[in-house]
Amino acid sequence: MSTQIQLTHSRWRGPGPCNMTSHIQEGRTHFGAGSGSRRSGAGSGSGVSGLGKHTRSHLATAMADGPVAEVLLKRLEAADGGLDTANLAAELGVEHQAVVGAVKSLQALGEIIEAELRSTKHWELTAEGKEIAREGSHEARVFYSVPPEGLAQSELMQLPSGKVGFSKAMSSKWIRVDKSAADGPRVFRVVNSVEDEVQRRLQLVQSGQVEKLSEKEKSELKKRKLLTEVTLKTYWVSKGSAFSTSVSKQETDLSPEMISSGSWRDRTFKPYNFSAHGILLDSGHLHPLLKVRTQFRQIFLEMGFTEMPTDNFIESSFWNFDALFQPQQHPARDQHDTFFLRDPAEALQLPMDYVHRVKRTHSQGGYGSQGYKYNWKLDEARKNLLRTHTTAASARALYRLAQKKPFTPAKYFSIDRVFRNETLDATHLAEFHQIEGVVADHGLTLGHLMGVLREFFTKLGITQLRFKPAYNPYTEPSMEVFSYHQGLKKWVEVGNSGLFRPEMLLPMGLPENVSVIAWGLSLERPTMIKYGINNIRELVGHKVNLQMVYDSPLCRLDAERASPQTQEAA
Amino acid sequence: MPTVSVKRHLLFKALGRTYTDEEFDELCFEFGLELDEITSEKEIISKEQGNEKAEGASDVVLYKIDVPANRYDLLCLEGLVRGLKVFKERIKAPVYKRVMPSGEIQKLIITEETAKVRPYAVAAVLRNIKFTKDRYDSFIELQEKLHQNICRKRALVAIGTHDLDALSGPFTYTAKRPSDIKFRPLSKTKEFTACELMNIYKTDNHLKHYLHIIENKPLYPVIYDSNGVVLSMPPIINGNHSKITVNTRNVFIECTGTDFTKAKIVLDIIVTMFSEYCENQFTVEAVEVVFPNGKTYTFPELAYRKEVMRADLINKKVGIRETPENLAKLLTRMYLKSEVIGDGNQIEIEVPPTRADIIHACDIVEDAAIAYGYNNIQMSLPKTYTIASQFPLNKLTELLRHDMAAAGFTEALTFALCSKEDIADKLGLDISATQAVHISNPKTAEFQVARTTLLPGLLKTIAANRKMPLPLKLFEISDIVVKDSSRDVGARNYRHLCAVYYNKNPGFEIIHGLLDRIMQLLDVPPGEKKGGYAIRASEGPAFFPGRCAEVLVRGQSVGKLGVLHPDVITRFELTMPCSSLEINIEPFL
Repeated sequence: MSTQIQLTHSRWRGPGPCNMTSHIQEGRTHFGAGSGSRRSGAGSGSGVSGLGKHTRSHLATAMADGPVAEVLLKRLEAADGGLDTANLAAELGVEHQAVVGAVKSLQALGEIIEAELRSTKHWELTAEGKEIAREGSHEARVFYSVPPEGLAQSELMQLPSGKVGFSKAMSSKWIRVDKSAADGPRVFRVVNSVEDEVQRRLQLVQSGQVEKLSEKEKSELKKRKLLTEVTLKTYWVSKGSAFSTSVSKQETDLSPEMISSGSWRDRTFKPYNFSAHGILLDSGHLHPLLKVRTQFRQIFLEMGFTEMPTDNFIESSFWNFDALFQPQQHPARDQHDTFFLRDPAEALQLPMDYVHRVKRTHSQGGYGSQGYKYNWKLDEARKNLLRTHTTAASARALYRLAQKKPFTPAKYFSIDRVFRNETLDATHLAEFHQIEGVVADHGLTLGHLMGVLREFFTKLGITQLRFKPAYNPYTEPSMEVFSYHQGLKKWVEVGNSGLFRPEMLLPMGLPENVSVIAWGLSLERPTMIKYGINNIRELVGHKVNLQMVYDSPLCRLDAERASPQTQEAA
Repeated sequence: MPTVSVKRHLLFKALGRTYTDEEFDELCFEFGLELDEITSEKEIISKEQGNEKAEGASDVVLYKIDVPANRYDLLCLEGLVRGLKVFKERIKAPVYKRVMPSGEIQKLIITEETAKVRPYAVAAVLRNIKFTKDRYDSFIELQEKLHQNICRKRALVAIGTHDLDALSGPFTYTAKRPSDIKFRPLSKTKEFTACELMNIYKTDNHLKHYLHIIENKPLYPVIYDSNGVVLSMPPIINGNHSKITVNTRNVFIECTGTDFTKAKIVLDIIVTMFSEYCENQFTVEAVEVVFPNGKTYTFPELAYRKEVMRADLINKKVGIRETPENLAKLLTRMYLKSEVIGDGNQIEIEVPPTRADIIHACDIVEDAAIAYGYNNIQMSLPKTYTIASQFPLNKLTELLRHDMAAAGFTEALTFALCSKEDIADKLGLDISATQAVHISNPKTAEFQVARTTLLPGLLKTIAANRKMPLPLKLFEISDIVVKDSSRDVGARNYRHLCAVYYNKNPGFEIIHGLLDRIMQLLDVPPGEKKGGYAIRASEGPAFFPGRCAEVLVRGQSVGKLGVLHPDVITRFELTMPCSSLEINIEPFL
């Protein structure tokens, strides 16, 4: 990933020679500054040895200008057959990576060279091994630190090489311990001089004469962690079919000067790496759920529906329930399902004429209804709550419509938040958005409701619909809308609908022959399906995954008619 | 929506034919039911408690069927079968009859003490009933379903069923001090006082949910027989003495409650469902109930009501063209025996006692539509001609959102509910100063109040996204809520726009630049004198001293911008400087 970023970066950093090292540093500086303009996340430096997928990188190309590439070509011209990158690096005294970089950049220019990946094993000293090659083995150091008159063992043990060196020197019989000495055990030399074999062997390895050691000697040093075998990936470089030592210097990119002088005609340009990603733009993003909301608004507007005001989260029980002919003992009015308010606990004003009609309809019936025959209480209707559905707003809109004489047909919609005191899980939050459509006119039928639903869902890209009888407290007849889900191979519920009950409409003052059809669905569910989100908390609320917001595509509900995802989307 | 669980083989036996699962699912869909799950006792136990516990449990196939919440007559196997058979025209709907006993009628006398706790009681007798294990289980299960649904967890109605042969009438329904009630309840081996029982049942997983209904009342309801035997202490528990078993032949059913209408419906449902197993099928023996005012009523009501509807009204509401005869047939299939009367365009519909859900003509229209088949109805578009318009506030919001994103800010969508701490303590405010509305029954602190500012939500969004590269530039245009006594409900929303900039530097100039851009978009020129906008040094507990300004538009304050106070940043678990802007956009409408 970081390679890509560096590459694209170099594409925009303009021309100019730069070698691998400086470029990487530049890249690191960029990340080190934490400037944060990259959103894909930073990684560590690129793996340079080994031809990765970015062989034809601008980065590598840039290095073809470097001195290493030039030297490489010259050596190759003189070489018999080819040369090894590791050897060349050693000879030039540069990092092996720099030579590999030069190889890659030359490869990017065409058939100038050929490179074959080879892995060779060789022995190297560890840090401790290097120290011993320089300073001598621990046992030798112990031996030399013992003066002819001997040394207290406790004193010797405190020397840096003391512990390891002592036991080795003892087993080599270079030193001895006199335990009977007056002031504790004392160490004495046994021989006058010693031959430090360990140091000698390590020095052999250091000077490139590892072959002089036997396998046994090597494995012994390896066991002592002084020697280690490393695998080196190098390239065997040979002349390519278009070999030449004079590689023409290529331009990185067009400049204003080239355009004005026309010099671009005579130049050659380094190839781009089209497999790299473009730079991440510094842009703002809209939230996916609200992008879907925009589309639903658009659909309603296209269908001639007027938007209802829904900017009142606080509602009285009256408008939320009673006006909808939802009885006061209905389970939805339970504390377990609805958020009631402590302050302001009660609605201050209710339209009392209308309230009385509602009360009568609940408790005694009327308008052709038997009513629920219970003791309807005004106190219960006054209780304030966080609206549990936007149907409360629809009730207010219909009540306003009923006050206008003569009656004029209306089509309404709303999309806004509703609140439920529910148990939260991966698909349920205490607040969500409800989409609602309403049509009020003379003589509307169930067939009309189905016809409107068909048009509405067609605009969502959902064409296979079927309707199931259902029960809602404030609609009768009621129908649940199902659509066939291609992926799940079954019918899934996509919405709920019905004709508002006369017990709701007539007390409002709407004419008797006016029917009101209505339907509703949630905004979250189609959005989760559309954007493939399983946990609603990643979509709604502060725990949102901003990366998901940054990455979410446009919302075009009807453009994905064939997609099984959209089939469920509603 | 209640779910009824029935054994598949019993269901098919009762329906008189078998179905494939798909066929039965289809039938349910058409009738307005939902075959929710096909399972077995073993599978259920295994799912809930693991395979080991399921060992030896029955693997008889169970259908779990979702029933509409208002169809109490479909809450047991007996009712479902009857409904479906009538729907499929396999049988005619039975007629339920209330009959007088050959001997003396049973009496239930209500005393006035019940008035303050649970004033209503109704009763009936199922005479010479023949239970089997399955029928008995269904009988118990139906009571439980009714308790959970129409009875509102026994608060409105509670049902007691008793072995009449173990009792002797007349019965008395009264209310007594808990210490004065003493009896041996179901499944206990000795007598307890009501006080003791209420304590014992506090730890009973089933009964503890009902205690609150009477717990704090001075008098508890109780029913005695003429020998002082306790039948039940509604709505908590029955006495053990009159406990019914599979072998019980005569069942005394009492329903007590606070809702008279529902008590009558519940009694009607139980007796109509189970009179099927009486020697004289579908007959129910009457019981006289004497109310405290001395009036006597006979129950169960088992009332049949006649409704007359014009056929064309049904056609018009559904959007079909069926003859009156056909409509009558359709309704009859829905358990509403109907016939064409009068001029041939009128239909007389008989609403049986099982269909308490039919309270208006629209309920009848729905049944006609269901029987016709919803999916057979011809779809058409209403000719309603309307010109659409947007709600101006939402229109402005939509326009602004897009330009906020174009200005490089990313949209957040945060909760309208939050804790008091979020809008007050964390911002250095006292909760009383926020004018917030308070929720009375929040399950957690996250839902104590409605937000009065969008800022906490945005800061929490940043806190949850600290791994994202800087800078973070977020905005939200949404509603906040404050108390407002001029509104009918005493509170109102305001549409706010809030933006935050979070980076290694406070970036006040960026937030200020955003304000300038917003004002440009809203066509408000800079400069107070020209009727435009200006910002003026201000202060606020959420802001760093000297780094806060008020936004004035045409001389009126619409919000604030500034660098957040380090304490605020810390309280929201953030580590970088942050500047913010929050304004009310309603003045720009």
